[in-house]
Amino acid sequence: MATTRKRPIEPLLWMLFSAGGMASALLMPVLVYLFALAVPLEWIPAPSYVHVRAVVVHPLTRLVFFGVCMLSLFHWAHRFKYTLYDGLQIKHLTELINTICYGGAVVGTVIAAYVLWRV
Amino acid sequence: MTQPTYTEHHPRWLRQRISTYWWLGKWAYTKFILRELSSLSVAWFVGYLLVMVRRIGESEASYRAFLERATHPVLLTLDVIAFLFIVFHALTWFAVAPQAIVAHVGKKRVAPAVIAVSHYAAWIVVSALVAWLLLRR
Amino acid sequence: MQVTRYRPEVETDTTVEEYEVPCPRDWVVLDGLNYVKDQLDGTLSYRWSCRMGVCGSCGMMVNGEPKLTCATFLADYAPGPVKVEPLRNFPVIRDLVVELGDFMRKLVAVKPWIVRSEEKSVSEGEYLQTPDELEEYKQYSMCINCMLCYAACPIYGLDPQFIGPAAIALAQRYNLDSRDEGSAERLAVLSQHEGIWGCTFVGECTQVCPKHVDPAGAIQRYKLTAAMDWAKSFVMPKGAGSRST
Repeated sequence: MATTRKRPIEPLLWMLFSAGGMASALLMPVLVYLFALAVPLEWIPAPSYVHVRAVVVHPLTRLVFFGVCMLSLFHWAHRFKYTLYDGLQIKHLTELINTICYGGAVVGTVIAAYVLWRV
Repeated sequence: MTQPTYTEHHPRWLRQRISTYWWLGKWAYTKFILRELSSLSVAWFVGYLLVMVRRIGESEASYRAFLERATHPVLLTLDVIAFLFIVFHALTWFAVAPQAIVAHVGKKRVAPAVIAVSHYAAWIVVSALVAWLLLRR
Repeated sequence: MQVTRYRPEVETDTTVEEYEVPCPRDWVVLDGLNYVKDQLDGTLSYRWSCRMGVCGSCGMMVNGEPKLTCATFLADYAPGPVKVEPLRNFPVIRDLVVELGDFMRKLVAVKPWIVRSEEKSVSEGEYLQTPDELEEYKQYSMCINCMLCYAACPIYGLDPQFIGPAAIALAQRYNLDSRDEGSAERLAVLSQHEGIWGCTFVGECTQVCPKHVDPAGAIQRYKLTAAMDWAKSFVMPKGAGSRST
């Protein structure tokens, strides 16, 4: 029997979560190791500023990095939402949780877009 | 406590409440919650890296100051813990990939081991590529 | 054995009673319970049937883990004590007997049977299936409805509306069957929020399954299928009854 169901949003949110999980799993460890540990602590000779800036400013870098940021933020939003539901059993606050999580991800994405546009 | 009543053909079922600390009851559950909380470190480093990109865009002095501040003991400790969580995220993600991804080549099913190895190989290749790109000069 | 008792006619909560049972090398927990009922306390209530791990009746918590009591050796817990409790996440009717109506309703809701738009008549012969096609769903057909996975699933415990691991695995068993044409109908049930999307891939269901069904894997695969279907529905509004992956 055909019924007009409103389009579910879960598949989209899950796909963003999945893509974000994959992107962050592949790319974050090396980026974090380099820029939060190895370079600040001088475990490896720091790359020259000129070179780092050239890489960062490159349009492809900015595009890819924006993608990673957006996906990672939505990955966090989706996962953290369920952690709050299941860990703290506050599923009744679902509107508030959804606003904080996905709203936060949207805000973060906008900030990322701004930062990377104006580098 | 009042005397419980018993109605024939309608016994009282007991529904036991789940404790708020259910996830501490079994290591498997604790590990699951830790895995989910690793998403916080993902979000943290998105912020960290965006700040860094901005500093790079400003000036060399700004960038150097950022790296200098990164060695501050409190921030560093936070970053080390978050880094461990990021690695934990990656490891647990790749560990479950073969369970979640079922691929076929023609009619034959791709072995789970192949799926697993592909993920780790991709991880190594991507990391090497990124490191090479950034550390060339 | 420290066995949970619950007698709704006289108490409002569970109590624990201790029984001393022999422990021959080949005895399982179910043998211990049968000894208690036969020799020590005839009022103990519990479910069991085949005593060989195929009927799925004797699921209980043994030392906090969901187990088939007919497949769990007492000797592994010697000298004891062994804690035997009713299967977690289900209402307790009496002693070790739990209410399974919720699962039964959910199972029916996913239509665990071959759905075809047109049935072949008997004279036309049987539906043919290659060994490869059988392999696609065989693992999920091993489910004995023992519900250990529901006892292990924290999501089901926290939200009884969640459809649960076995129901989804059984839906997949039919979705992946080459003779079946009912994917779309099942998707309507499973794509609700308390369907597959409630699952956060804890993975414990797979760990406790005595038949190696891997419900967690079935669920994650189905999420991908449902997501692909959803994406396709934007490109092809009719979404031509997709085959699951």
